[in-house]
Amino acid sequence: MHQVLRAIVEPGFFSSSPVQLAAAVGGVVALVAAAVGLFTVLRGQAFAGEALGDIGAAGGSSAYLIGIAPLWGFVGIAVAAAGVMEMIGIQRARGRDLATGIVLGAGFGLAALFLYLGTTFDNTTGATVTILFGSIFALDRAILPAALVLGALALAIIIACYRPLLLSSVSPDLAAARGVRIRWIGSLYLIALAVAVALSAVTIGAILSTALLIGPAATALQLTSRPGRAIAVAGLTGLGAMWLGLLLAYDSYDWPPLHHGWPVSFFVVTLVLIAYLAARVLAPRGARR
Amino acid sequence: MSRTGPTAPELSDATLAAEGITVRLSGRAILDDVSFTIARGEFTGLIGANGAGKTTLFRVILGLQRPTSGRVRIDGSDRAGHRVGYVPQKFLLDPDMPVRGRDLVGLGLDGHRFGVALPSRSRRRLVDEMLEAVDADRFGDARVGQLSGGEQQRILIAHALISRPKLLLLDEPLANLDLRSAQEIVALLARITREQQISVLISAHEMNPLLPVMDRVVYLAGGRAASGTAQEVVRSDVLSALYGHHVDVLRVHGRIIVVAGTGHDEHAASDGSADGAVEIV
Repeated sequence: MHQVLRAIVEPGFFSSSPVQLAAAVGGVVALVAAAVGLFTVLRGQAFAGEALGDIGAAGGSSAYLIGIAPLWGFVGIAVAAAGVMEMIGIQRARGRDLATGIVLGAGFGLAALFLYLGTTFDNTTGATVTILFGSIFALDRAILPAALVLGALALAIIIACYRPLLLSSVSPDLAAARGVRIRWIGSLYLIALAVAVALSAVTIGAILSTALLIGPAATALQLTSRPGRAIAVAGLTGLGAMWLGLLLAYDSYDWPPLHHGWPVSFFVVTLVLIAYLAARVLAPRGARR
Repeated sequence: MSRTGPTAPELSDATLAAEGITVRLSGRAILDDVSFTIARGEFTGLIGANGAGKTTLFRVILGLQRPTSGRVRIDGSDRAGHRVGYVPQKFLLDPDMPVRGRDLVGLGLDGHRFGVALPSRSRRRLVDEMLEAVDADRFGDARVGQLSGGEQQRILIAHALISRPKLLLLDEPLANLDLRSAQEIVALLARITREQQISVLISAHEMNPLLPVMDRVVYLAGGRAASGTAQEVVRSDVLSALYGHHVDVLRVHGRIIVVAGTGHDEHAASDGSADGAVEIV
C-alpha cells in the first residue's frame, strides 16, 4: 500500500515549496475561473473569454519587457480590453462577435510585438512559452497575496451580483423589466471575467486560460440543472484538475523522453477534457437533477 | 386619436392610464398621441401588425423608453414599470443551461436584489404556489430550455406574477404556439385575471383567439390607437379613420376579418398572414 502511494505521489511533493505555492495559487485560480466561467457559458461569451486571454498575452509580455510581474500586465490589459468590448457593444449578439474579434486581433498583434522585443533584447527565451503556456512551478512568492486579493474581488462581484447577473444572463429583457441595470451588471461581470482570465493566464498560460474558464462549467452543465450546484460542481472539477495536474506534472520529472518534466498546463487541460467527456458519458440524457 | 366608449373606466379607478403618449425615434413617430385606460381586472388585447408600435408601447409602460411627450399612470402612480409584470416576446435559452423553471420563477420575486437568495421555506412555498397556479408544477424542476413553447410561457407568466403586479404585460405570447397551446394560455390568463383581480394587456397581431375573453381592444395602426370594446373599435368607420384609408371589417362565424385596403399599405404588407390585400386579424 505504502509502495503504491509512493509511486503515485513522488517523495517530496507536499514539502516542496514551489509545489505548495503552485497548489495555493492554482487552487484559488481554479475556483474563481469556475464560478465566473459558469456565467461566461450562460451568457454565451466563451469567445470573449478567449479574446481576453489572448490580449492578456500582450499585457503579460509587456510586463516582462518593463520588468514587473506578468500578473499585473495580464490583469491591467484584460480589464482595459473588457472596457473596450463593453463600449463596442457586447450586449448585442452581433456586437459581441465584432467586439471580440477586434480585441482578439489587437491582442495577438501586440503580444507578437512584445514577445519579439522581449526575446530579442533580453535573451529570456523562456518568456514566450511562459506567457503563452504558463509556468506555475516558477511563480514568484509575491504573487500569492495578489492572486488572493484579485480572486476575492472576482468572487465578490459574482456573489454580490448573483441574482441580477443570473436573471440578465437568462434573459436581458426580463432583467430590464424587473428593474435590473443590465449594463452595470454586465460591466461588473466583465471585470470579474477579465480578472479570472488573467489569473488563469498566469497559471496555465494565456492561450490555455479558456480551458480552465469554460471546461469545468461545461462539465457542470452535464451533471446538474441548478445554477448554484453548477457553480459548486464546476469549482470542484476545476480544483481537482488543477491539483491532480500539479501532482502528475511533479511525477513526470523522470518521464521520457526528456526526463525533465512535462508541462503542468498540458495535464490540467487534459484532465478538464477528461472530466467533461466522462460527465457527458455518465450523465443521464437531459439530466434533470 | 383616442376613442373611449361608454364602458370607459374612470381615470382614478384605472390600473393603467396612457395619456397622450408620443414616441419619436430619429424623427419618425413610432407612437402618436396614444391614449387609453385599462380598468382593474380587465383583459385587454393590444392588436396591431408587426411594426405598429406594440413593443414600444410596452417599453414605455415598463419605464424602459421615455416618451417624447405624454405619460403613463399605473395604479395611480407616476412611476412607469411600478407593479408591472412582463412576459417578453423573444425568449431563447439553450436546452443544456442549468436553470430550472422554479429558478426562473424565484428570480421573478427577487432577481433585482443583490446577493444570493438564501434558501427559505416561505420563498419555496411562494414559488410552489405560483407554479401550481399556472399548472406548471409538473415541469417546474426541468430545465427551462428543454420545455415546450407553451410550458415556457407558463413559467414566464409565473415569473411575472410572483411579485404580485397590478398589471401583466405579455408581448405576443401566442406567436409561436400551436392552436391548442394558445387556447390553453388564453384560458389560463383569463382565469388569473378573474381570480387575482389584476389587469392584463396582451399584444397580438391576430385577435380572434382573444375574442372570447377580451374586455377591451386597443387597436394600433401606424403608431395611432383606438380603444374600446371589440364591438366599438373593430368597425369599418373607426379603423378606416385610424388607417387613413378605407378598411372593411367582416364578421364571419364569430371570427373577425379586417380587410385593410390597398395592398401597398404598410400594415397589410408587413403582415405575412394574408395575401397582401386581405388581412385576417
